[in-house]
Amino acid sequence: MSKTAETPLLELDDLKTHFRTERGLVRAVDGVTLSLKRGESLGVVGESGSGKTVLSRSIMGLLPSSTVNHGSVKFAGREILGLSAKQMRHLWGAEMSMVFQNPLNSLNPLMKIGKQITEPLRLHLNMDKATATATAVQLLRDVRIPEPERRLSQYPHELSGGMRQRVMISIALACGPTLLFADEPTTALDVTVQAQILDLIGEQRRDRNMSVILVTHDLGVVAGHTDQIAVMYGGKLVEYAPTKTLFADMKMPYTKSLMRSIPKLVDPSHSRLATIPGRPPDLVNPPPGCNFAPRCLYAQPKCHVEEPPLVQANDPSHKYACWYPVGTPEFEKRDAELQATGYRADDVMAVS
Amino acid sequence: MSAATDDIAETRGAASETVKANAEGAAVKRTLGIGFWIALIWLGIVFFAAAFAPWLPFKDPDANYIQRGERPPYPPSMAHPFGTDQDARDILARTAFGGRVSLTVGLVAIAMGMFFGGLMGILAGYFRGWWDRIFSFIFIILLSFPSLVLAILITSLLERSLRTISLTLGILTIAPVGRVARATTISFTEREFVLAARTLGAKNGRIIIRELLPNVVIPMSALALLGMGVAVVAEAGLAFLGLSVEKGPTWGKVILTGAGSRDLQKYPWIAIIPIVVLFFTVLALNFAGDRIRSYFDAKETAL
Repeated sequence: MSKTAETPLLELDDLKTHFRTERGLVRAVDGVTLSLKRGESLGVVGESGSGKTVLSRSIMGLLPSSTVNHGSVKFAGREILGLSAKQMRHLWGAEMSMVFQNPLNSLNPLMKIGKQITEPLRLHLNMDKATATATAVQLLRDVRIPEPERRLSQYPHELSGGMRQRVMISIALACGPTLLFADEPTTALDVTVQAQILDLIGEQRRDRNMSVILVTHDLGVVAGHTDQIAVMYGGKLVEYAPTKTLFADMKMPYTKSLMRSIPKLVDPSHSRLATIPGRPPDLVNPPPGCNFAPRCLYAQPKCHVEEPPLVQANDPSHKYACWYPVGTPEFEKRDAELQATGYRADDVMAVS
Repeated sequence: MSAATDDIAETRGAASETVKANAEGAAVKRTLGIGFWIALIWLGIVFFAAAFAPWLPFKDPDANYIQRGERPPYPPSMAHPFGTDQDARDILARTAFGGRVSLTVGLVAIAMGMFFGGLMGILAGYFRGWWDRIFSFIFIILLSFPSLVLAILITSLLERSLRTISLTLGILTIAPVGRVARATTISFTEREFVLAARTLGAKNGRIIIRELLPNVVIPMSALALLGMGVAVVAEAGLAFLGLSVEKGPTWGKVILTGAGSRDLQKYPWIAIIPIVVLFFTVLALNFAGDRIRSYFDAKETAL
């Protein structure tokens, strides 16, 4: 543990991923710094368009070559940003792999399950057919698929959605990666299946001492399944903390708003769900000052002018980017006003 | 009273019937339908007759079976089930031997279209960029060139051999097949399983051959069957203009011998019988292609 603590598995330093478009430069990921130890899991949380998916794809080097990258991505101490697809291919599957959002789309409809699992095994680990098949059966058993032998000769359409996602996970795990990206792995699944899949990923992480990056828009999903959480907004990291610290002591009003927009069991029925007004920022022409300011219920004049840096909270592992975080007098004063109006976002926006 | 109870009983019966039908319907596997198999049987007969014509007990297609005291053409009879043409040649034999040429033209043409069109379309759809620009430009040129004019041009300049005709029609099928291949490839390339294969370390060649090709070939082969029908008809069209294969009978040439207006009125069997064979063959090709397409389409949506 102490040894792994010294060299993080993944280290991002000021990672920027920009796309050239006709409208101008899209700053999809704009200066993200974070690190992940072996065996740990990180939740990347944000709305659609916050850059969380681009972040994971740019770490994996899956973006088109026209993408502009800055900064550094170190994997097990080695710089991997800017490596060619040919060089990355040794890492893909074997060192890092990905589970996708939609299990309906991520399996080849015309290839039998067995073939899809054994192919990477034979490619990366040079297994012969019999060993690969035996490994595939074991993998399917690991992800709790009943009758694994029979599944090998089935096609994806013969399986249910949750089952397909399990197959997808077993394919991603096949070559024993040290880093697994799960890009909204449960969005396309039933709520009851979601928990099973997340538990399964967590269980495999512990068994294999693998790191997991869980990309999601749902704070509830990351709460029970991650060690750290990175909240992204408009391509930037706005809050970054160990999971427990974050939920105990949220600093960023954006995180707070995300939290408020989750329906709660204690709410009386038919109570109106809190929403975040407005839309994610335009990443070609981001607003001056804080990206979130135009939608922030707590924004002060300074927020619209000057961009807040990522600063440390009392707990040094907790970082946030906000001028008036939760707990400051400015925040509390505004919060009291908002309490009086009952958090009706549209009313509040009309006032301010 | 009894009528009312009968009604109720009937309704109940009908209801249980529907339930049963539903239960069965859910269990029944999707099939291609009886029409598909009838079409396939017809195609089987035609292809068999054409392929093995020299070894089957057909009459000589080029011999003149003049009957003493009567002027040809002879109507269908025991000796000539499809009748004979004006030169007393057996139409059944000529149709069978004509099928050799016509179906070869159709097969070669569509094989060429599948190979070159498919290759160009998949490369264009997968790599996009310059590959796409160049191949799409070629497709557009091929499509905008009037096909009949191109066919007439080539066949009148070169010798009218089986090879020339087949290749001419082959060139004409490249663009339609290629465009389907390109469009299908694009839609499959954007599916996550292609990205998933990439994240597992698959190279471009592997992705194209193992992931994309099997998925792209299905809509392509459905189109190929339709395209083969078009090629067979196109050969008949060229024959009508006197531009088809010079040696031996073809369906187009057999039809042409009986296509004069006087012949059609007095000796309709000369043209009608090969027309019917051609019609049913093209219909069967179209029908089979269409069924295959919708069969796999439904499978896709069920996914």
